[in-house]
Amino acid sequence: MATVVQEPRQRRGWTDLPVVWHVRHSAGLQRGMLIAGLVLVLGIVLVAVLAPFLAPYSHAQMSGAAGPFPRHAPPSGEHIWGTTVGGYDVFSRTLWGTRTALLTVLMAVSASLVLGVGLGLVSGFFGGPLDRVLVMLADAVYAFPALLLAIVVSIVISGGQSSYFGGVLSAAIAISVIFIPQFFRVVRAETLQVKAEPFVEAARVFGMPRTRILRRHVLRNTTRSIPLIITLNAAESILTLAALGFLGFGIDPTAAAEWGYDLNRAVADTSSGIWWTGVFPGSAIVLLVLGVTLVGESLTDISDPRLRRRRHRGRKKA
Amino acid sequence: MTQERTSEGAGPVLSLEQVTVGFDTDSGVVEAVRGLDLQVGRGEIVALVGESGSGKTVTAHTILQMVPENARITGRITLAGADVLSLSGEDLRLLRGSAAAMVFQEPSTALNPVFPIGWQIADGIRAHQRIGRRAARARAVDLLRKVGLPDPEQRVDFYPHQLSGGQKQRVVIAMALALDAQLIIADEPTTALDVTVQAEVLEVLRRLRDDFGRSVLLITHNMGVVADLADRVAVMRHGELVEVADVADLFAQPRHDYTRELLASVPRLRAAAGEPIRSTPPNAEAPPVVVAEGLAITFPGRLGRPAVHAVRHVSFSVAPGEVLGLVGESGSGKTTISRAVAGLVGPTGGSLTVLGQEFRGARERDIRPLRQQIGFVFQDPATSFNPKLSIGDCVAEPLRVHRRDLTEAQLRARVASVLDMVQLSPALSGRFPHELSGGQRQRASLARALALDPALLIADEPTSALDVSVQARVLEVFAELHRELSFAAIFVTHDLAVVGMVADRVGVLRDGRLVELGPTASVLASPQEEYTQQLLAAAPVPDPAEQATRRTRWQALVSQPG
Repeated sequence: MATVVQEPRQRRGWTDLPVVWHVRHSAGLQRGMLIAGLVLVLGIVLVAVLAPFLAPYSHAQMSGAAGPFPRHAPPSGEHIWGTTVGGYDVFSRTLWGTRTALLTVLMAVSASLVLGVGLGLVSGFFGGPLDRVLVMLADAVYAFPALLLAIVVSIVISGGQSSYFGGVLSAAIAISVIFIPQFFRVVRAETLQVKAEPFVEAARVFGMPRTRILRRHVLRNTTRSIPLIITLNAAESILTLAALGFLGFGIDPTAAAEWGYDLNRAVADTSSGIWWTGVFPGSAIVLLVLGVTLVGESLTDISDPRLRRRRHRGRKKA
Repeated sequence: MTQERTSEGAGPVLSLEQVTVGFDTDSGVVEAVRGLDLQVGRGEIVALVGESGSGKTVTAHTILQMVPENARITGRITLAGADVLSLSGEDLRLLRGSAAAMVFQEPSTALNPVFPIGWQIADGIRAHQRIGRRAARARAVDLLRKVGLPDPEQRVDFYPHQLSGGQKQRVVIAMALALDAQLIIADEPTTALDVTVQAEVLEVLRRLRDDFGRSVLLITHNMGVVADLADRVAVMRHGELVEVADVADLFAQPRHDYTRELLASVPRLRAAAGEPIRSTPPNAEAPPVVVAEGLAITFPGRLGRPAVHAVRHVSFSVAPGEVLGLVGESGSGKTTISRAVAGLVGPTGGSLTVLGQEFRGARERDIRPLRQQIGFVFQDPATSFNPKLSIGDCVAEPLRVHRRDLTEAQLRARVASVLDMVQLSPALSGRFPHELSGGQRQRASLARALALDPALLIADEPTSALDVSVQARVLEVFAELHRELSFAAIFVTHDLAVVGMVADRVGVLRDGRLVELGPTASVLASPQEEYTQQLLAAAPVPDPAEQATRRTRWQALVSQPG
């Protein structure tokens, strides 16, 4: 019998985590894009966490110590980004809005991640009638206009508008319905590919149960492109949430601050020269989407060795 | 130093001086070729040999600057009098194809599937010359005739999928000839082909020199091909040239240790026929481990296509402790048989009994109990391990599934002992598959297959993805383990020399039929069937003199009618 060796297990360090690895292996413009995106996203996350300390008023506050807030007040010392037609403080609502946006995106993406990946794995690995039905359903969801679907789902769940958590939840579910098929398709395609790999066949030859093969061999090897879909879907879900709010199917203004709703209310203001009610929530949406998209796009490029730029570049030859 | 454009006839066609090629990678600059000096004379075939990673392919691609953007080339490359490295853009484009042309390894991907072959040949000509459609077609037909494609007038309108692998490679060679390039760079031109087809393509390459006076730079890892074709040989290792010599000298008196080692590890048919490895003589009384009676495996055809008969009416048996070699060319059904015995494909006709269980019509539930007695070694060591698990975990997998009674410590001890059996340090068990070399991985694969001490081992081309020196070591480990553990084994390979080293009996397959079956020594020494004779004669041996006589014998064999 050979001696028992203490297995020097090679733990993968924190530098191998997806985003960290990407920062370390990037260079030039790609690195700049990635870092700009990360700074934007982290900044907004920080604002969301610190909203109670940063915002002078609460999201639904319409009066202060000196009585009710003025309506349509231009930016001033009291209300640095002005107030809305309803008398809300724009600065406070924009800051609180980051919480709503991030919470919704987090819930929507994690729900679609779990369901999409799970269904994709099972569908791709076992195949058969279940696979065919799921693929058909995914195609059917694709065929619907995404926003229309989100509106229908949110009406079904909340019956229109509702409380803070109920509103966020229904928006998140409505958004995740759109994204489940995306995760499903990618993971199913990867599963089909991994399923044919010799190491899966090797496991079959020595009689490993199928559920164990799925867990141990297939799942771990199909997660490669998931970080990229997460970031790209996150950007889209911010826009979907804003669109829902804009169209009046989002969260009640007294329940939470939501940029889409604020934009909707600001539409009438533009013609009368009141710019501050629309510009700030609008810019907030743009910045968050920009940040997430920058991260997503540069992750895609850096992950692909053919697109990745390296620090020492050789002379170009035709 | 400035060099005049040399006129026809004088000086080498190609000369490389102190050529170094580096690649920018994530972990700094990697030098694939270091300080290479090499010359190819007029009408000369120079073979550049080396194992994988030796830099031979990079060298070939550097000559025409067909290198990725992150490559840095220094040194001097003179091709037909032109300094290649100083050229770029249009000048470089004009040089490609007219001064030197390339023949690629995989003929099926070197041709565009949506255009007829004649059009593709003409397209190459039109890139350099103004030529009418009819004239271009006539040239294409002429070129196809030169490379020995039968019925060139008809075939010129064929699409690549209508041709066989060997015919496609002829077309690629015809394309290389199209512009009268003096130098043909052939990058592993026969590696993707079966031995009988390889012999034909080598014949065509030889005619490039003998009949058309071209120079050929032949990149290969196959010493048999070198002995068959080359005038001069350059041996590369780790990006450096270790030895350059005339072919006769190199094989007769290799000067460098590495060359000697390389030549020694090439499996030889002759030696093999003498003494096949024998462990215990197969026990004739004991019931055989595998019995196939009229085994047939048919894959249903896709919509509107006929079914594929991968295996037709094959009968054989494997006794306990016996190694049965299955040899054949691609499409002969050898892999399908091995997969059927492993329970990965179901037989559709006849009968296949493995360890007493009939596999035809058997359900997974019936086969599962047998699985712990069957080990399988796959062809490609790179993909047969889960990249996310350590080697130790991969080898422990069968034990974790079937030996639930083992404690974690016992499990690890068992893993260490099987790794030790295949001569891998147990310290490697913490490594991940990509951190091991191909040969180490293939031995780990053997360890995994043997972890449960199986009664039957199936090895599907276990060494064909490996370099010869690594292959020799893996075969040695296999033979040793077989002596110790005396499992029954089915060893699938396309290499007759390999089968001679490991198998007790050999079955020769062709188009899904078993052509010949018998003891290894007698099949290899005195084959009865014509196909086996051809197969044996077509395999080149690493000895120029012997290969020359073998070549004439092979030519006589194939020129026989019928």
